[in-house]
Amino acid sequence: MIINNTIPVLLGLMMIMAAFVAIYHKKLPVAIIAAGTISLLASILYLFLAAPDVAMTEASIGSGLSTIIFFYVLNKIRKENGTQ
Amino acid sequence: MVRNSFRLIILVGLLVIFSTLVWSFNGNNELNSLAQFYTQQENIEAVNAANLVSAVVVTYRGFDTLGEVTILFLTASIIGFFLKKKLSDTQRKEVRESSDILVTASKILVPVMILFGVYVIINGHLTPGGGFQGGAIIASAMVLALLANPHMKFNHQLFNVLESISGVSFVLMGIAGIVYAGGFLDNRILPGGEVGTLISAGAIPLIYIFIGLKVGSELSNIVGNLQVTQNEQ
Repeated sequence: MIINNTIPVLLGLMMIMAAFVAIYHKKLPVAIIAAGTISLLASILYLFLAAPDVAMTEASIGSGLSTIIFFYVLNKIRKENGTQ
Repeated sequence: MVRNSFRLIILVGLLVIFSTLVWSFNGNNELNSLAQFYTQQENIEAVNAANLVSAVVVTYRGFDTLGEVTILFLTASIIGFFLKKKLSDTQRKEVRESSDILVTASKILVPVMILFGVYVIINGHLTPGGGFQGGAIIASAMVLALLANPHMKFNHQLFNVLESISGVSFVLMGIAGIVYAGGFLDNRILPGGEVGTLISAGAIPLIYIFIGLKVGSELSNIVGNLQVTQNEQ
């Protein structure tokens, strides 16, 4: 019973920590990775809360696709700032 | 000074509004009438679904799923509108080759990921997952393939046609529900079959396949468009 309650709380605390890293870190790639970590931890949390459907969506879209899209956009912005 | 006091007043006002909400909250010991309708066993059996989630997502709340897919379609078309589809040879820059580890791993993983996505879509009415999840997994496989091989030719036309056909078929299935069964997206237009077998639950597997194709091709198109812009000089 204790294990059942501690793991979601621990996951939530880790998510909050990753969120602070995503907001306050100076380097943008690190912030993007931290944002992806939030999604990954959230998908594990959903699995613990008995919602495997949502966990699947969160893992593939939240931590996979959106992280990649953020990196593409970051690369694009950097390139355009560099040429100006 | 005046601005700060305004902020303070707004914050205090929000605090008052939300604190009444928090204090008046006392939980629900029983489901409300709509949720009770969904969770009753005979209502799940009425649409021949293996579990509650697919009964609600595809049949009772199928219209919401259609809305979600439409929003995704809008997003994909707006992104496609703003990004370039093709580059001429002069515009293309030399992209550095991906590492051997990534290339080799993607050769093994991409087919397995696509197979798993198809499995999730086809078994959507029996196991957790469904069209949306399976489509997202297939799109993740496309991302891996694109990362491993930046010069991969991406057939946008094929994905556009696939997406349009599956979207139209989804709506047509819904209209067939009005004509031949109880209402929009009613799955009883096809025989229900035995609960738990692969071909069962009426139209749910077909609708899930259309949703999966649509979501998979839309997300792949978004990533493909971004990849083309990435290779621009």
